[in-house]
Amino acid sequence: MVLLAVEDLTVTLDTVQGPGRAVRDLSFELAKGETLGIVGESGCGKSMTALAIMGLLPENARTDGRVLFDGRDLLKLSEGELCTIRGNRIGMVFQEPMTSLNPVHPIGRQVAEALVIHRGMSRGAAKREAIALLDRVGIPLAAQRFDHHPHQLSGGQRQRVMIAMALSCGPDLLIADEPTTALDVTIQKQILDLLQGLIDDLGMGLILISHDLGVIAQSVDDIIIMYGGAAIERGGAATIFQELSHPYTQGLFGAVPRLGQRRPDGQPVRLSSISGTVPELNDLPDGCTFADRCELVSDECRAAAPPLVEISAGHAAACVHLREARERWQL
Amino acid sequence: MRVLNSESSFLARGLRHRSFVVGGALSLILTGVAVLSLFWTPYDPIKINIRGRLASPSFEHWLGTDHFGRDILSIIMAGAQNSITVGVVAVSIGMLLGVALGLWASARRGWTEEILMRLSDFMFAFPAILLAIMLVATMGPGAINAIVAIGIFAVPIFARLTRGAANAIWAREFVLAAQAAGKGRFRITLEHVLPNITSVLVVQATIQFAIAILAEAALSYLGIGSQPPTPSWGRMLSEAQTMIFLNPWLAVYPGVAIALSVLGLNLLGDGLRDIIDPRLARQR
Repeated sequence: MVLLAVEDLTVTLDTVQGPGRAVRDLSFELAKGETLGIVGESGCGKSMTALAIMGLLPENARTDGRVLFDGRDLLKLSEGELCTIRGNRIGMVFQEPMTSLNPVHPIGRQVAEALVIHRGMSRGAAKREAIALLDRVGIPLAAQRFDHHPHQLSGGQRQRVMIAMALSCGPDLLIADEPTTALDVTIQKQILDLLQGLIDDLGMGLILISHDLGVIAQSVDDIIIMYGGAAIERGGAATIFQELSHPYTQGLFGAVPRLGQRRPDGQPVRLSSISGTVPELNDLPDGCTFADRCELVSDECRAAAPPLVEISAGHAAACVHLREARERWQL
Repeated sequence: MRVLNSESSFLARGLRHRSFVVGGALSLILTGVAVLSLFWTPYDPIKINIRGRLASPSFEHWLGTDHFGRDILSIIMAGAQNSITVGVVAVSIGMLLGVALGLWASARRGWTEEILMRLSDFMFAFPAILLAIMLVATMGPGAINAIVAIGIFAVPIFARLTRGAANAIWAREFVLAAQAAGKGRFRITLEHVLPNITSVLVVQATIQFAIAILAEAALSYLGIGSQPPTPSWGRMLSEAQTMIFLNPWLAVYPGVAIALSVLGLNLLGDGLRDIIDPRLARQR
């Protein structure tokens, strides 16, 4: 059963330099229990997609398209109606655990609050539930930690608290926007394992947003790769990792350092990079947004934005030179 | 650069801060005198004794007597009551209204914010005392009207300060996280924004307190503040003015009292700001 259906979502930001299209015609579906990863570099529109689903876009943003959650279009709901969904049916974990908790309130209270708001629990019941949640996300001595303030916790623990907050009302959908970016690698692994365990136990849908392919690779079923606000490749995680099809995806993977990587003649491999920079959102090229940085670029690329073309079942990429690109990668 | 020990308590840091100590002591004396005068003054501050008028300082009258023979020390002590009342009430009015408006502007943004802030600009355009005189002129002279006028003058100051500080909090990530948890703007304002800007407000309240005392003295000096026979430092000044050559001390006492109170409160406010936000102190 489809939990979340995003249809032709477009987010336009009114900036001083003119309107910038942060997300363009993005569509995807997510069922309960499914996990989706959204990958891309900074400014590709992945966070804007998350905020659009939550209805928390900045004030200068306009949206088009539909975001159907349980059949209701979230983009059309009033602020009051959204408040009954946020934190209740959809939970969100943010990137910066250091600043995402209010420094003046004890952590337990911040976890318990959603329960009081959405579940109408009494303070006492909410406190007991919050302690159980803190325990569940792996905060040791949860009952004692309940009254601690954020500055008394480490970054990893704070992110656990954030996850407890997001999970407090047993949401159907969890959006994690770069949940591990601010944490060191060992803690990253712990947090991802925690999320994975919770997804398996609670059977909710997860949208995991990251720029880190390593994080995405081990955590999700499906992947959307975004560039310049549009999805340029999508498919099952295993398929995408085996058959890199879009030149940008190939570039992205090529730029990931691998330990002990050697060329066939035994020489160390030079880490490749994608030349150029991400285009400004208010000055996107007409055709393919990646054209200016692509090695396979031709006039056709600049004429019109290429549509997503199905390569195999569920795997699609938006590139004019798909066959060339795929052959290049196979070599 | 001083190394700050994160474990040192608020009070310990305060005792090391010179202007906080001096300001705190002066403010404590002001409050203490005002409280004391509720129960005891050397003489009845409004009792007239024509025969003993304009006496020089002596053992009976430490600071002498005025042109009605009233004991100056007693009037000064009772005047502290008046100043504190004015300060507390006026700052409360200004703070309650100003903070509420500022929070509202910050929570709503857009047109609400624009209109509220332009209104406060409009009020800023009038010099404070002129505004108070204008209000007292329409409402009639008297202590209460003066207090209300001073309070209203403080509203835009608090509104601006609150809105600025609140906007900075609204931009923080934990507010976004709170919104993602399904909290409405009203709840976020009370639970997340207000607690995070109290320190700024406390500092401003202290400074505004000093301004209120000064404003009340000015209004009373002009004869539109507290009315006789209520003891008031401002009116003592204006009464002393006619006798400035005959007995200049009469003007000096209330003047020193006003100056020390205002100085004390300002130093206290400065000190509080440094202690609450040690980063600012180190920059200077």
